[in-house]
Amino acid sequence: MIELDNVAYSYGGGELLSGITFDMQPGSFHFLTGPSGSGKTTFLKLCYGALVPTAGHVRLFDRDVRGMTRDDIAMARRRVGVVHQDVQFLDHLPVADNVALPLTVSGRTKIDELANLKELLSWVGLKSRADALPPELSGGERQRAALARAVIMSPDVILADEPTGNVDWEMSQRLLRLLVELNKMGKTIMIATHDLALIRAAKTQVQARVLRIANRQLQLAGADL
Amino acid sequence: MKFTPSDMLSMLVGDPQADRMVPPTGFTARLTVITAAIMAFLAVFALALSLAAGRLADRWGEELARSATLRISAPAEQMADQTAAALRVLETTAGVASARALSDDEQRALLEPWFGPDVPVDTLPIPQLIEVIEGDPGFDAQGLRLRLQAEVPGAVLDDHTRWRRPLVEAASRLRLLGWTSIALIFAAMAAMITLAANAALAANAQVIAVLRLVGARDSYIAQAFVRRYTLRALSGAGIGMLAGLIAVALLPAAQAEGGFLTGLGFTGPGWLWPLIIPPLAAVVGFVATQAAARRTLRELS
Ligand SMILES: Nc1ncnc2c1ncn2[C@@H]1O[C@H](COP(=O)(O)OP(=O)(O)O)[C@@H](O)[C@H]1O
Ligand SMILES: [Mg+2]
Repeated sequence: MIELDNVAYSYGGGELLSGITFDMQPGSFHFLTGPSGSGKTTFLKLCYGALVPTAGHVRLFDRDVRGMTRDDIAMARRRVGVVHQDVQFLDHLPVADNVALPLTVSGRTKIDELANLKELLSWVGLKSRADALPPELSGGERQRAALARAVIMSPDVILADEPTGNVDWEMSQRLLRLLVELNKMGKTIMIATHDLALIRAAKTQVQARVLRIANRQLQLAGADL
Repeated sequence: MKFTPSDMLSMLVGDPQADRMVPPTGFTARLTVITAAIMAFLAVFALALSLAAGRLADRWGEELARSATLRISAPAEQMADQTAAALRVLETTAGVASARALSDDEQRALLEPWFGPDVPVDTLPIPQLIEVIEGDPGFDAQGLRLRLQAEVPGAVLDDHTRWRRPLVEAASRLRLLGWTSIALIFAAMAAMITLAANAALAANAQVIAVLRLVGARDSYIAQAFVRRYTLRALSGAGIGMLAGLIAVALLPAAQAEGGFLTGLGFTGPGWLWPLIIPPLAAVVGFVATQAAARRTLRELS
């Protein structure tokens, strides 16, 4: 579904990532770890077509991103749920509308999908906050709203960039449980994090592989975590 | 960048949903509407000027091309003979469609504005006028003058050209100036809307990024802005046009003679012309915002 073939990326200076080859298997659960500034966010952006590799090839659903138009990328985004590192919303619209945004922009506003929305909001525990505006939400609520927004289109893949970055341990466990549940429903998950405790906690619930970015390369981390 | 009038129409009637995606803005919105209104108001006057100048140029141009006057000054007893002789000459001149001596009543009507209604035309030594209607092709004025000199010594041919041509030229220039002003007004409106749209796009960078992230296509994102500015240009121009029409309607009525200044305004179906200003403003708003949005969106990942 997402394939990187000998990919390198540079923002203009030296190469931040180089020689990265990775094939995301359907149904897998990955953690992506590495020190701050090592390129985790950059790697995820390559995975959802926000960045085009400076060398090598990235294929989204069997199409090379270099040959995709902006509209093609937009269509691919509907199949990849992304939880951004700095989650952003349309601050003038209530939470429910924000969560339903992917449906709205793709013209899918049928009744049954709106019923889905209610279910989804209670699944992430935001049912009572449906009418709140995003700036009124706590950090954990924002992360959960972002997760709900990422999954409402029922995407094949969910990429989450530091989803537990600004929340307490309790909340990060709750978010992790949601992601594990999604994986059990067949979704492919990749979580970028430098929170090793989170990874350890996950390993008790799901078969997760850990990738580490070190020296510009992507390595499969051993069982030492 | 491609769009058709039907795109524009479907955008105007459909999907106010996209419009909700961008937070409402009070001040710049009003500013855009007001500026569009002012531009439309000015456009109404420029249009009135162009149409009036056009009418003047056409009328004078037409008369210039078609008619001439023969003036016969002679002692009273020779007047009838010379008039008859002149008419004979005219009848046999190639390029003269018809020639006709004006009656006393007609001459009195011509003199009335200067001397009042009770001119004793028959007792005054005023010249006899003969109206000459030119055929197609017209006559050779110089040749006609030579023939008249020989046969009707008291006749002077005034083919109007000498004094009217510069006026017709001036009127044509004025018309051109009017249309140029209209073009400039719309260009300024396009520039103003581009600036406003650019400001809105910059102010809503986060909105655009979020929409892009959740899989909105560029056309959808652009639509939110384009719809807004098209409607603002349309409504502003509508208001400005109405105000302009009222102002023109309140101008003093034109006199029958149609002096230039008093003739400024619309006549008959000419009143329909200003109705194209609001749709034209909408098209300008649509194109300008579409271009601005596409430019901004292309730079995003
Ligand atoms: N848009 C950008 N332009 C230039 N440099 C960038 C940009 N985004 C990130 N970087 C740099 O790339 C490096 C990796 O960033 P990032 O992928 O965000 O790492 P991580 O998510 O692992 O913290 C950092 O040094 C960062 O400063
Ligand atoms: Mg990061």
